[in-house]
Amino acid sequence: MIGVYRAGDSLLHRSPAGAKLLGLLVFTTLLLVFRLPVTMGVGLIFVVLLYAIAAYTPVIMLQQIWPMKWIVILLFPFQWWLAGWQSAVIVVGTLVLAVAAAGLVSLTTRTTDLLAVIERAIQPLRYVRVDPERVALLLTLTIRVVPVINGLVHDVRDTRRARGMERSVRAYVTPVVIRTVGYAERLGDALVARGVDD
Amino acid sequence: MSSIRFEEVGHQFGERVVISGVSVDLRESRVGIIGSNGSGKSTLARMINGLVHPTSGRVIVDDLEPARHGAEVRRKVSFLFSDPDAQIVMPTVGEDIAFSLRRLSLHKDEVAARVASALEMVGLPGYADHPAHHLSSGQKQLLAMASILVTEPSILVCDEPTTLLDMRNTRRLAELLSGLSQQIVLVTHDLDLVLSCERVLVMADGQLVADGDAAESVEYYRRLMS
Repeated sequence: MIGVYRAGDSLLHRSPAGAKLLGLLVFTTLLLVFRLPVTMGVGLIFVVLLYAIAAYTPVIMLQQIWPMKWIVILLFPFQWWLAGWQSAVIVVGTLVLAVAAAGLVSLTTRTTDLLAVIERAIQPLRYVRVDPERVALLLTLTIRVVPVINGLVHDVRDTRRARGMERSVRAYVTPVVIRTVGYAERLGDALVARGVDD
Repeated sequence: MSSIRFEEVGHQFGERVVISGVSVDLRESRVGIIGSNGSGKSTLARMINGLVHPTSGRVIVDDLEPARHGAEVRRKVSFLFSDPDAQIVMPTVGEDIAFSLRRLSLHKDEVAARVASALEMVGLPGYADHPAHHLSSGQKQLLAMASILVTEPSILVCDEPTTLLDMRNTRRLAELLSGLSQQIVLVTHDLDLVLSCERVLVMADGQLVADGDAAESVEYYRRLMS
């Protein structure tokens, strides 16, 4: 969900990352504490309003929760069957609203600002010899490599198809692993060259 | 101009000799290094900012040895790789350029101004909030260039920077390089690109086999490859 920042000039875009993360924490806590269908209704209105304040359309809000469609489709009837419609609305509603709110934080906050907050929050870990800067960099790189590895996997899939080896697991896994390791080596060199360890 | 001195430099990976006995003093503004694949030219270039250390001899950049003063040397020497994807660290263009400035503890406004200026310099104004992975290969290489230029290095080492670029982007990058005030060491297979250099070294089998002006060295290299 992070790394999807969309530039803007709304109140939410201008708000500090720490405040937004705190707001997200309070919001999700309230959803978990007041477990009533009406809470979900109020929460939905609140989230839709926040998206509107950030100048995002409901379509953008739907894009944030779309990846969890299968969870919703499976969980809702199961929960209804197990504990009734109210419980289904509460459980699925809490999940969907939390993801939509988290998506809004990501959409309105630069990754670096989010990571700076995380870096500040984990400063006490210095006492147990954990380098907060290193942890933040690790998170950054994790976000960064997702599209790169995704592209790499697509390339390998195309290569495999071009060679008529669609069903070969080895023709898929081996080049993905080799290319990923190669990418990791080049990335490591680039990080050294950019003075990360200096 | 800065001085990059190689004194009897050699490098081995296990039993394999990658570079042997290279001695050269580079003070020209534009230096090219050409050679076939595996000739040792990239290894030589990587020694300039301490990415690779010599196993014999020494490299000295402005009185500093990269093998011993890596951090100080890297503040002077920036490195541009052939694969920009591996060089881009942050999710958005502006954040990636700002990442290069994190050690300088600059005010947010100063960082924003420098990022904007670097983007302007490489011809990507207005791209600060653009996701880096959505850029074309050419634009990614320009972003990688902006990310290193923003630190205002005095030496720029470019290791096959046009390998993944089409003709238009190669020309764009060449124009950008030619307009820079920094000392540039350019490792490339692109013989047209290297013709603009004042001095060109030719590497073969880990040895420096020719060292002269661009026309002479390129001619030598063509004969060597024929």
